[in-house]
Amino acid sequence: MEQQRIMPRIGEPAPQFEAVTTHGTLRLEDYKGSWLILFSHPADFTPVCTTEFIAFQGIYDELKKRNVELLGLSIDSVYSHIAWVRNIEEKMGVKIKFPVIADLNKEVASLYGMIMPGESKTETSRAVFVIDPEQKIRAIIYYPLTTGRNIDEILRLIDALQTHEKYKVATPANWRPGDEVIVPPPNTQEMAEQRMKEKYDIKDWYFSKKKI
Amino acid sequence: MACVNPDGTLTESAIKILESLSVPKSPEEIANFTDVPLFKIRSALRDLINAGFVNQVNDKYKLTDEGLKILKK
Repeated sequence: MEQQRIMPRIGEPAPQFEAVTTHGTLRLEDYKGSWLILFSHPADFTPVCTTEFIAFQGIYDELKKRNVELLGLSIDSVYSHIAWVRNIEEKMGVKIKFPVIADLNKEVASLYGMIMPGESKTETSRAVFVIDPEQKIRAIIYYPLTTGRNIDEILRLIDALQTHEKYKVATPANWRPGDEVIVPPPNTQEMAEQRMKEKYDIKDWYFSKKKI
Repeated sequence: MACVNPDGTLTESAIKILESLSVPKSPEEIANFTDVPLFKIRSALRDLINAGFVNQVNDKYKLTDEGLKILKK
């Protein structure tokens, strides 16, 4: 019988690990106090992953301004990672400044459910785990091997999560910083009546927006 | 962050961290002082403790005699 695979879920503590990376041995706990985007890619020296790494590096400075770190992962050796990031710098002129986990024994990949055996048993899919400063999983994204991620969406997701943290509001579809946010709906009849008198952009008692 | 090269010498970032410890500091203070991200400082401090160059006293880290010696080399 196939062993049941347990994947971490949103709202749960991020599974702890210690891993060899291109920046030495790192533990998840080393990131306590900052947000972390832990992401996997299928393999080094592949074209789609190369475009993604360049795009992740492209938002790295913006992420840092938001107290967010990046940590990549694939089932490759640290020597392969080093050769690949050096190749990206030499051929594409982009220095990859974030660490990359060399997960040869698939330990972290298995812990986070990054391998989709129906697609590939030897490569990690394009997984993204957003982990908050208390090391709780706040968002998960999966893309298949064939399709490069929308890296801009990851930055937008961070902005939305941090806006929720700061203002205790939700964000509507396609929200961008500066747009109106959603006021949490009232949960009693009295609060619903009260809501209709507020100076929000009110569509109905359950649907109000405001500027922050 | 790997701090000690295979030949026993220190990496540039390790030297930077050790030099910051003229007075004992917390990882956050070292990160501010060196402008190295906190996650790298935490990882580096484990390496430097294992190598015998740094000691932890409460929540601060300080140079050992060995750490002082290697810095003067």
